[in-house]
Amino acid sequence: MDRIVYADNAATTSVSENVINAMMPCFTEYWGNPSSLYSGGRNAANIISGAREGIAGLLGCRPGEIYFTASGSEANNWALKGAARANQKKGRHIISQKTEHPAVLQALASLQKEGYEVTYLGVDRDGILTPGEVEAAIRPDTTLIAIMYANNEIGTIMPIKEIAAVAKAHKITMFTDAVQAIGSIPVNVTDLGVDMLSLSGHKIRAPKGIGLLYIKTGTRIQNLIDGGGQEKGKRGGTENTAYIAGLARAMEDAVEGIEDMERVKALRDRLAAEIIKIPHTRINGSMKYRLPGNLNVAFEGIEGESLVLLLDMAGISASTGSACSSASLEPSHVLLALGIPAEKAHGSLRLTLSRVNTEEDADYILEKLAPAVQRLREMSPLWNGLQ
Amino acid sequence: MNYSTKVMDHFANPRNVGEIENADGIGEVGNATCGDIMKIFLKVQDDIITDIKFKTFGCGAAIATSSMATEMVKGKSIDDALTLTNKAVVEALGGLPPAKVHCSVLAEEAIKTAIADYYRRNGIEHDLTIGCDGCCNACGHADKHLHNQ
Ligand SMILES: Cc1ncc(COP(=O)(O)O)c(C=O)c1O
Repeated sequence: MDRIVYADNAATTSVSENVINAMMPCFTEYWGNPSSLYSGGRNAANIISGAREGIAGLLGCRPGEIYFTASGSEANNWALKGAARANQKKGRHIISQKTEHPAVLQALASLQKEGYEVTYLGVDRDGILTPGEVEAAIRPDTTLIAIMYANNEIGTIMPIKEIAAVAKAHKITMFTDAVQAIGSIPVNVTDLGVDMLSLSGHKIRAPKGIGLLYIKTGTRIQNLIDGGGQEKGKRGGTENTAYIAGLARAMEDAVEGIEDMERVKALRDRLAAEIIKIPHTRINGSMKYRLPGNLNVAFEGIEGESLVLLLDMAGISASTGSACSSASLEPSHVLLALGIPAEKAHGSLRLTLSRVNTEEDADYILEKLAPAVQRLREMSPLWNGLQ
Repeated sequence: MNYSTKVMDHFANPRNVGEIENADGIGEVGNATCGDIMKIFLKVQDDIITDIKFKTFGCGAAIATSSMATEMVKGKSIDDALTLTNKAVVEALGGLPPAKVHCSVLAEEAIKTAIADYYRRNGIEHDLTIGCDGCCNACGHADKHLHNQ
């Protein structure tokens, strides 16, 4: 292995030194229970309120509208189940779409078992949905619209501001999963006009196991986790002071560093331009409405898991939407929603770059990728027929 | 998901990759939609498998099981090759993750399908049921396979 290149930043990221430094005193000094009355507890509570204020400033909302959760998945579950149940007298219809993250799709599937109806809108060949399609799906009993801001597999960006305007005009609660968007594109809840928005720490160099849900004042929502009155009685559980401090610091750094994403985008574009020269290769998803660090390609005649293993042997970490990488043996629901046939979806590769990646990383990926694809194609019984 | 060292060895250095020109038997199982295709080429002399090659489209486990299964029957008699079970392939590889056991089924079926083709070309009667399409039970004897560990 000549080099180690981490190109799976949409999966997770390493914890930054800034974040570790922000968290450390919470373990060593400010470890008190934030609900305790004595100074040890008050100090921890102060750290949390400071973090909440900082984050509210970055997201364009009030501190009291930020609720910390133990993950992006929890925030998604809370938003969907909490809002659907709180509005059930008004109606039991929810609008979402097919390329959502499993933490949305599975939460919706649970709601369907409870008797809610869900419309899963399709997307076009580029993975995009129009506000008009959302509006056309609205019924008198629709109470919730859930559309992700940016997709985790293909990086496509949805017109959330316009969809939120549609929701608002029909007095329907609008939720967006912005887990992949934060740090890559601007995320301002007031500008977007959404009622709820979820984030997760580990995609932006905070630890795994911390997330948040923005809930606009006045939004009807039930609790998901009942408990000891934390988070204004809306989310039980002794606060994770250290991770909350870490999340605040990570968000600050991510938002501050967003300018650097232009460089990441140029890196990604260079990769795309070179990789597409490999015969029988296609790019999955819109290149126009797309996160700067995301590249998702499909190589015909080969299977993605093998490719990921070969790249791993060369020191490159990437991921695939191939069935064989999942327990379900179904290829990526996102690629299928784009109308990509299963046999091509199996050959997909996702490279997700971040500000940590360099020109040398891109050079190295380009050096190793084409030979790996070629090697698998020579082994493939499909390749002769494609040439 | 974790592959054993043996699986990674056979994936990284697969044995018997390629095609045999003028093969005496060819078997192809699986389908691209499901994500695995294995094609086996046999050379047979005096009932002995003197050479065997494979081409596989599939995951790491599919490539490793193809490699191991071909190794296990190379130089064996046809009758011996027909006794190869997917379980034996899994064991020889030091185990497979449960979701990948079907790859070993495909390897067993690919070899049987190639042998059936050899029989057919030589007008030899046989009762091999073949036709694994990689989606379970197409072959009619899924119950004989080890499906989970
Ligand atoms: C779009 C999206 N939503 C939600 C999640 C879930 O976040 P977490 O891993 O914090 O539960 C992820 C990450 O896996 C994601 O990419």
